[in-house]
Amino acid sequence: MTPRAHRVVSRRGETADTWTLALEPLPGEELPLFAPGQFGMLYAFGVGEIPISVSGASTALDPLRCTVRSVGSVSAALCATAPGDVVGLRGPFGSRWPLAEATAGDVVIVAGGLGLAPLRPAIHHVLAHRNEYGRVIVCYGGRSADELLFMSELEVWRGRFDLDIDVIVDIAGPDWHGKVGVVTKLVELAAFDPDRTFALLCGPEVMLRFGALTLRKRGVPVERCYISMERNMHCAIAQCGHCQFGPKFICREGPVQRYDEVEPWLKIGEL
Amino acid sequence: MQSIEQTLAATRMFRNLTREQLAALARLGEEVEYADGSRLMIEGEPADWFFVIREGFVALQTDAPSGAITIETLHNGDSVGWSWLFEPYLTHFDARSRGATQAIRFDAATLRVRCAEDRELGYELMRSFASVIVERLQATRLQLLDVYGRATVS
Repeated sequence: MTPRAHRVVSRRGETADTWTLALEPLPGEELPLFAPGQFGMLYAFGVGEIPISVSGASTALDPLRCTVRSVGSVSAALCATAPGDVVGLRGPFGSRWPLAEATAGDVVIVAGGLGLAPLRPAIHHVLAHRNEYGRVIVCYGGRSADELLFMSELEVWRGRFDLDIDVIVDIAGPDWHGKVGVVTKLVELAAFDPDRTFALLCGPEVMLRFGALTLRKRGVPVERCYISMERNMHCAIAQCGHCQFGPKFICREGPVQRYDEVEPWLKIGEL
Repeated sequence: MQSIEQTLAATRMFRNLTREQLAALARLGEEVEYADGSRLMIEGEPADWFFVIREGFVALQTDAPSGAITIETLHNGDSVGWSWLFEPYLTHFDARSRGATQAIRFDAATLRVRCAEDRELGYELMRSFASVIVERLQATRLQLLDVYGRATVS
C-alpha cells in the first residue's frame, strides 16, 4: 500500500495536454512487472494519487511508461514533472488483456483517444509473439489529428506487413488526408475471421458500447470481446468502494473485463 | 475484375435486391476511375449521379475560409450520394477522391424514372438507401457526442 519512489527518466509530449513518463525505480528498488492491461497508482507527492494505465511494459530492458492526460490537479502535477523528479508508484493492480487465450486466432484491437495507451503493451506483446496469432488489426479513432497518441510509433506500425493498422478522426482540418468518421467504421472495414477473433477495446464507454455492437454485427461472439474500464480507483485493493461497478470492483475484477460480464451494468446511467 | 452486377451483389446495402433488380440497377452503372483529388460531386449542383466505391476512398467536404473541411470519408462498398432521391435533387456536399479511386457511377436521373415505373424496385432501393442514411446518422450522432473530449477521459 505504500508508494515506492520512482524517478522520471524521460517525459515525452504526446499531445498538447498528454505526456508519457518513463519511470525507473530508485537504486535498490525492484522494477515492478506490469502485465499488459494492468494499472498502477501514480503519486505526485504533496498533491495526490491517481490510477494510471501503463502504456509501456516494464521489462528489464525497458523502463515503465505511463501516459497521463492533464485534466486535474494530480495529473497536471504529474505532467509537469521533469526528468530526475521523483514520483510514487503502487502496483501492478487489476486484470490483464487475454493475450494467452487469443493465440491462434485473429486479434482486433479497437482504441479510442487515450484508450490506445493501455492497449499499447498488448500490441507490443502480440508483435513480440507474432507467430502465435493470426491477423492482427488495430483500429484507432481520435478526436482530431492533433490528439492522436504515439504518432511516431503509429507510423512504424503502419510500415509493418504483419499488422493492419488504420486511423480515423472525428474532426479533420485541411491538412488531414486520412479517414474521417467514427472508429466503428474501421471495424466494419477490417478483414478478420469473426469465428476465431478476440477483440480488445479501450476508450470512452460510449465508444466501447458501439464498438462491441459493431463487432457483434460482424459476428464476433460477445464473450470474446474484452474492454478496459476506467473508474475512480482510490485504494486499488477493493477496500474503499470508490470504483464499485454493480457487483464488481474495477480495481480488482477490472480494468480488463469480458464485455458480456459487464454489459448489463453499462446500461445503467451514472453507475 | 468483377462485373458491375457482381459488385452490387456483394455490396451490403443492396443485399435485399433480387437478381432482376440488381441487373436493372447494373444496367444504369458504368465503371469509372478518378485520380487523387478529383471531384465526383459538387455542392449545389444537380444530383444526377450516385456512386458505389470499388477501391479507394472519397471525402465528403464543404468549403470554409480555412479550406475544405472533410465531414466524413467513404470507403470500399460505400455509396456516395443520396440527394438524387429527394427533391430538389441538389448535391449537399463536395465529394473528392483521396488517392486513385475506382467506382461505379449510376445514372440516377434515369433511375428515378425507373423507380417511378417499377415501384418494387423503388421501394427496395429506398430501403437500401434508408439503411445507409440511418447508419450515417448514428455515426454522426456519435461524432457529435465528442466522446474523446476532456470530460470523459481522465
